[in-house]
Amino acid sequence: MRLIVPLQGVVQGRGGLFVGSLIPCCLFYFLQLYLKRRRSPPPPDSDSTELPRTSSRSSLFTRGNSIGRVRVSSRASPLAKPPDSPYYIGLDRVKTDPYDRVTNRDGIIQLGLAESTLCFDLLQRWMSENLMDSLMMQSDVDGGFDVSSIAMYQPFEGLLEVRVAFADFMSRIMGGNVSFDPSNMVITAGGTPAVEVLAFCLADHGNAFLIPSPYYPGFDRDIKFRTGVELIPVHCRSSDNFTVTVSALEQALSQARKRGSKVSGILFSNPSNPVGNILSRETLHAILSFAQEKNIHVISDEIFAGSVYGDKEFVSMAEVAASGDFDKSRVHIIYGLSKDLSLPGFRTGVIYSFHEDVVSAAKKLMRFCSMPVPVQRILISLLSDTRFIEEYMAAHRQRIRDKHFLFVEGLKQLGIPCAESGGGLYCWVDMSSLLTSYSEKGELELFEKLLSVAKINATPGTACYCIEPGWFRCCFTALADEDIPVIMERIKLLAESSTS
Amino acid sequence: MTRTEPNRSSKSDSENSGGGGGGTTAMRVIVPLQGVVQGRGGLFLGSVIPCAFFYFLQFYLKRNRKNEPDSGEPSPDSDPSSGSPDPTRSQSVGNLTELASLPRSLSRILLSPRLSGGAVSISGRAGCVLKGGDSPYHVGQKRVEEDPYDESGNPDGVIELGSAHNTKMDWVSEDPGEAISDGLCMSGIASYEPSHGLIELKTAVAGFMSEATKNSVSFDPTQIVLTSGAASAIEILSFCLADSGNAFLVPTPCSPGYDRDVKWRTGVDLIHVPCRSADNFNISMLVLDRAFYQAKKRGVRIRGVIISNPWNPTGTLLSRENLYALLDFARERNIHIISNEVFAGSVHDEGGEFVSMAEVVDTEENVDRERVHIIYDLSKDLSFPGLRTAAIYSFNESVLSASRKLTTLSPVSSPTQHLLISAISSPKFVQRFVKTNRERLMRVYAELVKGLKELGIECTRSSGGFFCWVDMRGFMSSYSEKGEIELWNKLLNIGKINVIPGSCCHCIEPGWFRLCFSNLSERDVPVVMNRIRKVCETCKSQNCFFGI
Repeated sequence: MRLIVPLQGVVQGRGGLFVGSLIPCCLFYFLQLYLKRRRSPPPPDSDSTELPRTSSRSSLFTRGNSIGRVRVSSRASPLAKPPDSPYYIGLDRVKTDPYDRVTNRDGIIQLGLAESTLCFDLLQRWMSENLMDSLMMQSDVDGGFDVSSIAMYQPFEGLLEVRVAFADFMSRIMGGNVSFDPSNMVITAGGTPAVEVLAFCLADHGNAFLIPSPYYPGFDRDIKFRTGVELIPVHCRSSDNFTVTVSALEQALSQARKRGSKVSGILFSNPSNPVGNILSRETLHAILSFAQEKNIHVISDEIFAGSVYGDKEFVSMAEVAASGDFDKSRVHIIYGLSKDLSLPGFRTGVIYSFHEDVVSAAKKLMRFCSMPVPVQRILISLLSDTRFIEEYMAAHRQRIRDKHFLFVEGLKQLGIPCAESGGGLYCWVDMSSLLTSYSEKGELELFEKLLSVAKINATPGTACYCIEPGWFRCCFTALADEDIPVIMERIKLLAESSTS
Repeated sequence: MTRTEPNRSSKSDSENSGGGGGGTTAMRVIVPLQGVVQGRGGLFLGSVIPCAFFYFLQFYLKRNRKNEPDSGEPSPDSDPSSGSPDPTRSQSVGNLTELASLPRSLSRILLSPRLSGGAVSISGRAGCVLKGGDSPYHVGQKRVEEDPYDESGNPDGVIELGSAHNTKMDWVSEDPGEAISDGLCMSGIASYEPSHGLIELKTAVAGFMSEATKNSVSFDPTQIVLTSGAASAIEILSFCLADSGNAFLVPTPCSPGYDRDVKWRTGVDLIHVPCRSADNFNISMLVLDRAFYQAKKRGVRIRGVIISNPWNPTGTLLSRENLYALLDFARERNIHIISNEVFAGSVHDEGGEFVSMAEVVDTEENVDRERVHIIYDLSKDLSFPGLRTAAIYSFNESVLSASRKLTTLSPVSSPTQHLLISAISSPKFVQRFVKTNRERLMRVYAELVKGLKELGIECTRSSGGFFCWVDMRGFMSSYSEKGEIELWNKLLNIGKINVIPGSCCHCIEPGWFRLCFSNLSERDVPVVMNRIRKVCETCKSQNCFFGI
C-alpha cells in the first residue's frame, strides 16, 4: 500500500516531478548495484570450468585444484599480439630485411621512421672531442667535491643545470622571442613518456583529447594504452593543406560532448607530424582562444621545432600564451632532442607546463621515466656549447632543406605531388594516382605493394587517421643522396606495373 | 498527524534541496517516511529513500562539476596561477551567485573574447599523485634535502638513513673511461635502438645476475627486458598482470615504494598480508590464503603476490622451502608471483644462502614457470642510483612481448646501455665488484648492530639488502601508530636522523623502523649511535615521567 501511494500520485499527475523521478532513479540504482554484484562471481566460475582438464596434474601435486596456464591482464593481451597498425607492421618488416647500399641492395628502404643522420658527422666530431670531458666532470662530481648535492639527492625531474641548458636551447631554436623558466620544466626519458605523463595528468580514464588528424601514428599506443585516454580525430582536409580550423574543433567537441565523453584538451604537433606544415600565429591564437572558451587544456608537441626548413617562421605556443591576456596555466609543451639534435638514443624529453600542479605531479611521476645522470651530464656540456649548437642548427636546417628539395623534386618528375611543408623530417606524399581504388582498402593495398614489391616502407595515411585515402608519410632525412634515385626508380616501376 | 509534526520540520531541509514541488508533494514524501519512523514497511522504504537521496547527491555533484568550466568563467579577478582546484571552485560558485542576474555571456564576449578566469583543472588521478606528499617518507626526504649531513661541511645536518641509495661505491672513476667513450662514439647515437635493451647488454646483465646469485642459475638473455629503474619495472609488470580494480597480495612490512609504483597509474590495488614479529616476519601461507579468500569474498580478483627477496625492509632471505610453498600457493590459486630481487647482489651475510625464484622454477614445467616474474635492479647493486636501469626477467612470452612494447614509455638510453656494457661485460670486474660491495655492507652492518646492541636496541637479523629493521618499541610513549610517529619525529628533529617508520612499510606492529645503512661508512656509525642515544634518553625520561 505504502509504495503504491506515491506511484498513484505519479499516475494521477499529482506530485509527478519529484516522486516520478525518485522511483525510477532508485530502481535504476538498484539495477546497477545488482548487475555489479552479479558480475564479480564469473571469474571463479570460469576457473572451475577448466578444472577437469588438469585434474590429473593436481593429483600429482597433492595440492588439489591446480589450474591451467596463468593469464596476463586483459589490457596487456592486445599488446602481446603482433601489431595491427600499418605503422608498426612496416617498421617490423624493415627490421627483417633492411636496405644497405653495399651489402643488401634489394632490402627494404626505411621511410617510416622520423630520424635524421644528416648531421651525424658534426655530432661525431663533438662527441670525440668533448665526451671525455663531460664524463670526467661526472667522475669529479662523484669522486668528491660536491657529493652532498649529487649523491645524496638526485631530483627525478632533472638536475637544475640540465634544465637551465634546455631552457636556453629551446628559446634559441624557437626564434629567441620566448624564454623558458627552468622551474616549469620536467626532463623525461624521451618524448614518448613526456606525452604519456601529460596525458595522465590532464585527463582521467575515459576522458578524451581532440587531435587534428592526420596525426602521428605512435600516439595511439603512447597515449591511449596505459592512460585510458581517448583520442578524437578532428579531420583536416587537403583543401586547407591539412590545417586545423576552429569550426572543425568546435564541431568535434560538441559531438564528443553529445556522446557523453568529457574532452580535457587539444593535442597537436607543430610543425605538424605527418604533414609538416607550420601553424601560423593566428591559428595558434585561435586554438588557444577556443581552448580558453571551452576551458580545456592545450598540449603542443613541438619536437620538430628546430627542424624547420621553409620560409615560414616557427612560433611556439609558449610565445603565444605569453603574448596575450591568456590564462597560461592551460598550455603545456612537449619537446625533445631526438629529432632536432638527432639524438634518439639519448631518450630526452621535456615537459614544459605553465600549470603548477601539472609540473609537480609530473615531477613525482618521473620516478618511472627519469633521465639517467650520465646522460644529463653529457647534455649539459653539449647544450651549453653555444658555438657548436649554432653551427649544428644551421647545418641541420640547410641539409634538411636540400634533402627535401631533392626528394620532392624526384617525386614531382614521377608526377607525384606532395603537400606543402615547412618543417619536420618527412614529407606528406599524395600517391592517390597509384591507387587501384580510391578507398582505405586501395591505400592499404598500395602500402602492401610498396612494402613487398617496391620494398619501400612508407607510413600510409590510414595509420595517421587521414580521412582522404592515398597519402603517405615519407621520412627522407635518414637517406643518402644516392638513395633517392633508387627510391624513385622503385616507385616508377611500381607505377608502371600498376597502370599496365 | 500531530505525531509527524516534528518529523516534518526536520526533513523539510532535505526535501527542498532535492527540488521537491509544493505542499502536496511534500506530503507524499512524508507519508512513506512516517512508515519508516513508525516501524511499518521500514525495510524497503528505509533503504529506498536514503539510496535515492544519495544517488541524487552524486548526480548533483557530478553535474556541478561538469558545469564548472562554463560557469567558472566570469571571475576575471581570480588568479589563474593560484594552484589547487578546490579554492577556485568555491570561488567560482560564489561569483556565480553574485552574477546570476547579469547577462554574462554576452558582455563577456563584447569585453574581450579571450578573457577567462576559471583555472583549468587537472585530472583527478594526478590530484591523487599530488596529495601523497605528507607521509613521513616524503617529509623525511624533504628534510634531508634541505639540510643534508656532511662530515666536514654540515656536521649538524640530517643523516639520511631512509632511502636505499648505495652511494659509497665509486666504480666509474675506477673503470677505464676510454672504453665507455669508445662505445658511445661508435654507435648508439644516430638511430633508434631497441628501448628494451641491446642484446649485448642483456647478455652482460644475465652474466651479472648469475654472478650476483653466486652462479647457481643461468639467466637467458632473451627473457630479459630492460627498463629505466625498478619502479617502472614493477609498474610495467602490474600493467601486464592485472587489470584496473584487480589486486596483488603483498606480505608486509613491505617496501614503501609499492604504494606509488603499483597503485598510482595502473589502478591495481594492494592487499597487505601482515607478518608478525612473533614469526620473525616470515610469510605464513595460512595468512596468505586467508587474505586471498577474504578478497575473493569481497569480489576483488587477486592476480598475484609480490614478494621481495632479500626482504625489504627486514633484510631476511626467503628459504627454499618458503619459495616452494609460495609457488604451490600460486599454482593452487592460479596467480602470478612477482619476485623483487633488487638486492640479490647485496647479500652480505656469509651464513645466509640467497635462492632466486629463477632457480626454484628452473626445474619446474612451463605452466609454472610462466607465472614467475623477477625484478632486478642494476643501479642498486652497482651502487649508482643515477643510472636508473632495471630488468624484468620473465618466463612468460606474452608478458615479455607486452613489456618490450611498453618500454618505449620508460626506456634505457643508449649512453647508459653502452656505459653498462663496457662496465659489466668483464667478468673479472663484476666478480671484484660484487665481492667488495658485500664486504663493505657486511662491515657497516656489523658495526651498526653492535652499536645498537650497546644501546639496548634489537633488530632482526638482516642478511641482504641495505636495511636494518630495528625494534624501538621500548621507546614509544604509547604502543600505537601515534606513538611511532612521535618517536619518528623525535628521531628527525632531535636526533636529526631520517629513518622510515614501520607504518610507511605497512607494518602491523608499531615501533619498528627501517634504517638504511648503505649510505654510511664505518666512521659515520658512532655519530648515528650518539644521536640515537640522545633520543633514547629523552624518551626514557619521558616514559618514567608518564609511567608513574
